Amino acid sequence: MSEMQSTLPTSTIEARRRPFLGEVARRRLEAILIPLLALIIGLGLFGVFIALVGKSPEAFYYLVYRGGFGTWFSLQNTMTRTAPLLLTALCVALPAQLGLIVIGGEGAFVLGGLAAAATGTWLAGAPGVVGIAAMALAGMALGGLWIGAVGALRHYRGVNETISSLLMAYIAIALMQHFVEGPLRDPASLNKPSTPPLPGNFRIGDIPGMDVHWGFAVGVVACLVAGFVMSRTTFGFAARIAGGNARAAAVQGLPVGRLILAFTAAAGAAAGLAGVIDVAAVQGSANASLIAGYGYTGILIAFLARQNPLAIIPMALLIGGIEAAGGLVQRRMDLPDATVLVLQGILFVAILVSETLSGRLLPALGLTRKGAP
Amino acid sequence: MTMLPLNRRRFLMAGAALGASPLLMRVSPAAAASLTAGFIYVGPRDDFGYNQSHAEGAAAIKDMAGLTITEEENVAESDAVVKTMESMIQLDGASLLFPTSFGYYKPFVVDTAKQYPDVEFRHCGGLWTPKDPKNAGSYFGYIGTAQYICGIVAGHMTKSKRLGFVAAKPIPQVLMNINAYTLGARSVDPSIKTQVIFTGDWAMPVKEAEAVNALVDQGADVLTCHVDSPKVFVQTATGRGAFVSGYHTSQAPLAPQKYLTGAEWHWATVYKMFAEKALAGQPLPNFVRGGLAEDFVKISPYGPAVTEAARKQADAVKAEVMKGGYAVIKGPLKDNKGNTVVAAGKAYPETAIELETMDYLVEGVIGSTS
Repeated sequence: MSEMQSTLPTSTIEARRRPFLGEVARRRLEAILIPLLALIIGLGLFGVFIALVGKSPEAFYYLVYRGGFGTWFSLQNTMTRTAPLLLTALCVALPAQLGLIVIGGEGAFVLGGLAAAATGTWLAGAPGVVGIAAMALAGMALGGLWIGAVGALRHYRGVNETISSLLMAYIAIALMQHFVEGPLRDPASLNKPSTPPLPGNFRIGDIPGMDVHWGFAVGVVACLVAGFVMSRTTFGFAARIAGGNARAAAVQGLPVGRLILAFTAAAGAAAGLAGVIDVAAVQGSANASLIAGYGYTGILIAFLARQNPLAIIPMALLIGGIEAAGGLVQRRMDLPDATVLVLQGILFVAILVSETLSGRLLPALGLTRKGAP
Repeated sequence: MTMLPLNRRRFLMAGAALGASPLLMRVSPAAAASLTAGFIYVGPRDDFGYNQSHAEGAAAIKDMAGLTITEEENVAESDAVVKTMESMIQLDGASLLFPTSFGYYKPFVVDTAKQYPDVEFRHCGGLWTPKDPKNAGSYFGYIGTAQYICGIVAGHMTKSKRLGFVAAKPIPQVLMNINAYTLGARSVDPSIKTQVIFTGDWAMPVKEAEAVNALVDQGADVLTCHVDSPKVFVQTATGRGAFVSGYHTSQAPLAPQKYLTGAEWHWATVYKMFAEKALAGQPLPNFVRGGLAEDFVKISPYGPAVTEAARKQADAVKAEVMKGGYAVIKGPLKDNKGNTVVAAGKAYPETAIELETMDYLVEGVIGSTS
């Protein structure tokens, strides 16, 4: 908002030369207005869908509110579900700063979990802090290597990062299953192959006073740090230049290759850390339950947030809340679980379509001149 | 801060306990004239498979007087199931919960049971031990014997003497089914072989279809499976002209002509027992198991293609099983690598603990556990 004030014309002469809103303010305003409008339209369209199957849209909206946000229990439920999504959304949003669409965060997630479980088992007996730190480092390193490899393939061999990251996610899942069912299997896990349970002091607990594990705080901090790096450091600035036009950035002497490697590795580390947290705070061991689709939901959130690390926080809370409410919607309205998927799909399409409004919405509302830069 | 006797966490806990007390009083077993039971499924409840078998069990007790049912599907084996259980307890007033997926038990059901000592948790999978909370428990069915009888039918119906088995993972429960099915078929004709393909996970529709095609291409003409949702399996196999034998629930509606029979769960028996006891205020058993004789599992009605000879032999064996103590796994028995796994004179009825660590495929199975 401060930008809006600072760019407001100071004299009437200037006012005639410049549009009603400055360029920065216009972009900021649009960045908030357009997704908001898309969300409202998406929710409205979904209401029509609900009405068509003979249920009450009002009851649906009320249940989503109540089940996702309306009570302390619901809010904590939402935050718990949001925790892994913050980090897996970063796995999409970070490479997107360079114009790369990485959709294989699921792979880094399960490998992060596997690395954490292996490290935790190996270090059993060590102090809790050491164990948790080592698990986090191992998970981030493996996740970082995994998505970093996607970046390297892209930069050195010109391999499409979207395809390679998705395919590598399948490989990652197969690797995880192999280790969980083979070399790292706890012989006591008969019908659900798992790694041995983590030592108790390596488990991550709840935030004091809440029924939400520390992963939520870690995710929020990671998004804030990523937002800070992107908007307040030369490193982030260089990345945005390279994302705008890689060739121009290279001509300017920016290390585009190193930026790609750094951002994809950081993205993988974020998803890997989410996997570590899922093992240390939720599952207690690595097993097939890690494959819960958090990596794929992260894609949805990153796009909803228009790849802005800070906007990931509210968008992840929104999707987490819708998922938290999903159970109540199923039980009270007798709707299948797929209802929530339909809602997410409609929201996603609405956001994607709304991108075309960029640069047109405010002129249409008469807030800036048509064709304003 | 932490030195203060009344910190924020304790204050909240006290508040939660106060808030929950009317709820707990309402669900105390002695006064339970009405009861809300929650069912939690890992997949869609109309999957023609595992989840549907439980949803059918829930539907069977829906109209019991004083009983309210609340159901939730597609609940992941993560803290999602904890939240669903808590939501059912706190928002729906549920006092009896059936989290039906195997992977829910540890740590999720155990931890939640400790947190809500006045709610009863009964988990499908047979994992409860006396070290676990007393308000938790488990139930499961011996379905291997039913697979043995399906194998007898398959043994009569195969012309190529080659059966196909699409399986998820080489874990004891699945190996038991493959072995029992094969032994059933080979009791009809010892030259029959079963080829098994493991897909690696419980719901892999594309791989399941590929496995079916590969099996049919290699000459299998009667197929069965052990995956969560046999829908794609049945449709692909019957589309290729093979006979199928079902699993979890009846898939006959998908292929009325080609469906021979199937090994089905019959959870209605279990849910009815638990609900009746809970409504009457009686304590619930912690560890419940049963097979065909206890009506925990059943065999799909024979399809139109099943011959008289097949029906006769299958019915005869079923009658034996109903008497109790029948052993499918008995010596002398070799695995498919030639090692003796059960010595002559030794017999393991379905209740035998030794079967729960099964790690071999019997002679006649083409395939490997690793």
